[in-house]
Amino acid sequence: MFLGIDIGSSSSKVAIVDENKNVVAAKVVNMGTGTNGADVAMQAALDEAGITLEDVKYIVATGYGRLKFDKADVQITEISCHAKGVQTLVPDADTIIDIGGQDAKVIRLAGGQVENFIMNEKCAAGTGRFLEVMSRVLNTDLKDLSALADQSTKALAISSVCTVFAESEVISSLAAGEALADVARGANFAIAKRVAGMCKRVGTGKKIVMTGGVALNDNMVRSMAAELGQEVTAVPHCQVVGAIGAAIFAHEKYHK
Amino acid sequence: MSKTSKELLNELVAKHYEDAAQAKKDGKLVAWATSICPQELLEAMDITVVYPENHAAAIAARKHSQEFLDQSEGCGYSIDICSYARVNMGYKDIQYSEAANIPMPDMVFCCNNICTTVAKWYENLATELNIPFILIDTPFNHIYDAPAHNIEYMRNQIEHAIHQIEEICGRPYDYERLTEVMKISNETAYWWRRACFTAQAMPSPLSGFDMFNYMALVVCIRGKKEGRDLFKLWCEELEAKAAEGKGPWKEGEEEKYRVIWDGIACWANLSPTYKILKKYGINVVTSLYPDAWTILYETNDIEGMAKAYTYYHANRNVDYVAATKSQRVKDFNVDGVIFHSNRSCKLMDFTIYEQQRRITAETGVPTVVFDGDMTDPRIFSEAQYETRIQALVEMMEENKKKKAQEGK
Repeated sequence: MFLGIDIGSSSSKVAIVDENKNVVAAKVVNMGTGTNGADVAMQAALDEAGITLEDVKYIVATGYGRLKFDKADVQITEISCHAKGVQTLVPDADTIIDIGGQDAKVIRLAGGQVENFIMNEKCAAGTGRFLEVMSRVLNTDLKDLSALADQSTKALAISSVCTVFAESEVISSLAAGEALADVARGANFAIAKRVAGMCKRVGTGKKIVMTGGVALNDNMVRSMAAELGQEVTAVPHCQVVGAIGAAIFAHEKYHK
Repeated sequence: MSKTSKELLNELVAKHYEDAAQAKKDGKLVAWATSICPQELLEAMDITVVYPENHAAAIAARKHSQEFLDQSEGCGYSIDICSYARVNMGYKDIQYSEAANIPMPDMVFCCNNICTTVAKWYENLATELNIPFILIDTPFNHIYDAPAHNIEYMRNQIEHAIHQIEEICGRPYDYERLTEVMKISNETAYWWRRACFTAQAMPSPLSGFDMFNYMALVVCIRGKKEGRDLFKLWCEELEAKAAEGKGPWKEGEEEKYRVIWDGIACWANLSPTYKILKKYGINVVTSLYPDAWTILYETNDIEGMAKAYTYYHANRNVDYVAATKSQRVKDFNVDGVIFHSNRSCKLMDFTIYEQQRRITAETGVPTVVFDGDMTDPRIFSEAQYETRIQALVEMMEENKKKKAQEGK
């Protein structure tokens, strides 16, 4: 068995693949780097696969916390791991939009390899953190943000790029009587606009897919497609794509 | 035993600051000048020249820049303004740093071939300190070669600056001494470039971060004999190292990847930026800095001098800069390019994405951008930097594998 662990800023994800590179376990724990989330997620995945750590032949760590995880044989960046995961799950994809807790990135693939990538600046704008802040202001669970946005009847623009300023802008909108649903959709569009700008910098290909926790938000995926004027689909198991990529790398490194 | 260039470098840097302080005490004139200005004009009249950008970098490298940033920001200078300017405007008020000190100026001398901010920054210094302001206004080269009318415009300004200097000094200009300083400056430029170009050898005998150290001095003592002699010695040492096949670091530390570092160093975060590169075996073999101080012209040719100063890379169009970088990739066997998106330097950041696109199209090497700043320590994130650098390594490694397979 081969294990990939993706330790992000807000969650830890683990995937285990077998000798034939089939995914036998995939777990997400909403605790990121600096917590015991990585160990909890790993134990949960091992339990799901019905194995112990001794059965794992190779471990690849990725994500923000990759360098602090001492059980890994090797560390590989989330850029390469997302590319590898997508290549396995959606082989014809050539553009990846990955929006995680504190990073947003767009990766261009050529022949399955990373050709170019761009990441957000040192700022939470256009990341999952932005949606976390918005959901708190809207008094809604992050997972319910999409359903709420679906009820929107009016396009409401959030113009602030900065998460902190956007928060006060949203509070002002709500105070002015704007509907929660319209604000929720506005938040999705604000991210979509920012990430679309990154897509234009590296150039989108023919098949665009989304990974990362934010891709769980269907309304967000549709907003992204609307903003780009191109079809965008969420990769199945979008949160664990990086971990799956890491597990496949573990398999390949072991058999090299 | 004679001194190594490194020992000499440290001595000369210390001497540069000591001499400037002594000159001030002795009642000599002191000028604050921009880093790539025609310092020959000042040097020839025995004016002590110090460089605020260089000084700000020295302060930041010793982790003292925040105090000066706070001071200037407190006076109303926005965090969006160049941090060299903010550190220096803060220093103008505080006038002391544990890291390094420069004497207060009797005049400011500004050439805006390096950026547009300097004109306003120096104007503010001149106004607040009530001292003369000499400006060599350098039009941006929107087209590949500088048009004749721009050169004429600069020539006239250089001549005007000479009159201004005569007035400030209260004596006729020393053209004989100017000839001598021009000759030395050109010799220094020659040895600086030749030394930097030893990095073409594989492995490179030169570590790019060492180049940054020597750069501190090429700014300050380009027109002095001891500067020329230092760069000649440095070049000879590097050529000897290259001949022996020695790399940039200690024995056993392999130069695995050769990159271009684009933009100014993160002086305030020098250690992590260097250590993370070294951890992955990445050596910065070149940049556009080797040519930044390659100000070459025939002695006494004022138009040639004007042209040389207007051709600083940040003052040239995207066609020139992209073509030059692509050529460097080929000439130095470069595996990747690291772009420092410098919050302070809008001029350099402005064309990064287009540079990336053109370099990759022309040479096939991967590139990466990270956010930072030259002297403001608050902008840089070590974890984000490492992720981008490691991703570049992974892309360079794939390229190497591909090349090896094609070669089979």
